[in-house]
Amino acid sequence: MTPAYEIPLYPYTRSADQRAGDTAHHPVVIVGAGPIGLAAGVDLAQHGVPVVILDENDKVSHGSRAICFSQRTLQIADRLGLGHPLIERGVQWNLGKVFFGDRKVYEFNLLPETGHRRPAFINLQQYYLEQDLVACIRTLQDNGCAIDLRGGNRVTSLKTRQKGAALTIDTPDGPYEMMADWVIACDGAGSAVRDMMGLGFTGRVFEDNFLIADVSMQAEFPTERWFWFDPPFNPGQSALLHKQPDDIWRIDLQLGHDIDREAEKEPARVRARVSQMLGEGVAFDLEWVSIYTFQCRRMDRFRHGQVIFAGDAAHQVSPFGARGANSGLQDTDNLCWKLAAVIRGKAPETLLDSYEVERVQAADENILNSTRSTDFITPKSEISRVFRDAVLDLSEHHPFARPFVNSGRLSVPCIHDGSPLNTPDELPGGPGRSRPGAPCADAALKDGFLLDRLGWQFQLLALDTRPPPVNGLPVLDLTGQLTPDLKARYLGTADSALYLIRPDQHIAARWATASATDIQSALARAMGHTR
Amino acid sequence: MTDLILTPNLDNADDVYAAILSEHDGLSPKDSAALNARLILILANHIGDPKIIRQALNAAKTSDA
Repeated sequence: MTPAYEIPLYPYTRSADQRAGDTAHHPVVIVGAGPIGLAAGVDLAQHGVPVVILDENDKVSHGSRAICFSQRTLQIADRLGLGHPLIERGVQWNLGKVFFGDRKVYEFNLLPETGHRRPAFINLQQYYLEQDLVACIRTLQDNGCAIDLRGGNRVTSLKTRQKGAALTIDTPDGPYEMMADWVIACDGAGSAVRDMMGLGFTGRVFEDNFLIADVSMQAEFPTERWFWFDPPFNPGQSALLHKQPDDIWRIDLQLGHDIDREAEKEPARVRARVSQMLGEGVAFDLEWVSIYTFQCRRMDRFRHGQVIFAGDAAHQVSPFGARGANSGLQDTDNLCWKLAAVIRGKAPETLLDSYEVERVQAADENILNSTRSTDFITPKSEISRVFRDAVLDLSEHHPFARPFVNSGRLSVPCIHDGSPLNTPDELPGGPGRSRPGAPCADAALKDGFLLDRLGWQFQLLALDTRPPPVNGLPVLDLTGQLTPDLKARYLGTADSALYLIRPDQHIAARWATASATDIQSALARAMGHTR
Repeated sequence: MTDLILTPNLDNADDVYAAILSEHDGLSPKDSAALNARLILILANHIGDPKIIRQALNAAKTSDA
């Protein structure tokens, strides 16, 4: 079978923009058709904004790459219309095992919180997400949406103008030019757009090399996540095994500083290591092997006038904790409704500055978490190894030590405390998890789930209070239909609650009860109109 | 909220001091360091209050100043 990533999904075709003499003009150009660029395109198209996505390639990403997608990503995918295929294909697991040296020190069951339509995360090859996003784009095109995905289109120059940017694009038929009012750079950690604009990308460099391999196994092997510290088959280093769809297992082996990359990639060498890891007699095939190092860094600013950076182009983390693709998808989820409102003239351009404020906060949180995981997995000093090993030793017999074990903290969405879009909390007794700036937690309703009832626009959620009518603002009134989840996650000890919820399902404001003026003022603030 | 206690708080300081040191008897510097690390983690969990642990860290790092 040809792997999905060998098949051109959006092969180059000559576009009307390439006619000599014309310079096409587009409201939004997205550079990069990885998961972040594709999701941005789908999001904007669904907001009715015409969009062109450019990528020098024409296929989904090579190899499995990002494989762990968080609940927040699945919720965003639900709104984009592709949650179902992801869940259908993705692998769910709850049992994890931690090994130290030659012994298993403990195992854990994630016991995820109930009352959510989507699981805490799924394992899925990145190329399946990209495939589903491309399928989504094809459906949008069939429905007449102006969304254009151009493979074989490489941006070779980008010059910012007073309003927008001028791009030169190289194709198999030669170069052409276009103008864009807005550019979203989703072109990855090695962002060419960032380089063309001469912008920095600073942070911490980690020297450890990691070998990443996808192996296929037909044998029965449990659907669990296994993490080894200092295992006999990789002394002094770490190893990770977990499952993807199609009987594929992801193996991650720390190789250390001074290694011969080419020798380590030799199939015979990889096979020998994997054999030791899986045990004698386990039959497997090597599907894909790569060696990587990583850095934790970000741009100082994500918005540079009409050019906006998202995903790995803006920030890069270690792979521990699945914070790369997951945070990138939250970037575009945060950005697209704002950009659509600005393009339509419904919000001032300054609304886009809140994208930078909120997503820089999230990037810093992700970098902090991912750096801590990295420091635990690959101790950088003698004393940090002493403490790391002390934690692992204690964790075998004492449950208290297990929360210290850090092989990656699962990506959870950032609560945007202090965001300029928030209105101060006016719900005494309200649960902290639903304070202004927080993403809405899902909750089981009498019939269905809360997040499915929230749409793509600003709206009110009313719990045992009747809000005054505010022009054009839809209300989800669940008065008299409170479930235990709703009470625990949205009411707390309050008797009633009214929430103003953003199009990205973050909470902008909340009250016990509110006047029309309160609501209008909070809405204006959340749309970036400064008071 | 209680603060870190920095006044005498043990009935028999000599016994506790000797008990700690006797656990290090015969250990290599590496094994001693590991024992200390385990002990610090156990005590930190027992204290259970990040504010007190912060105060203890501050007291420890300034003790020779």
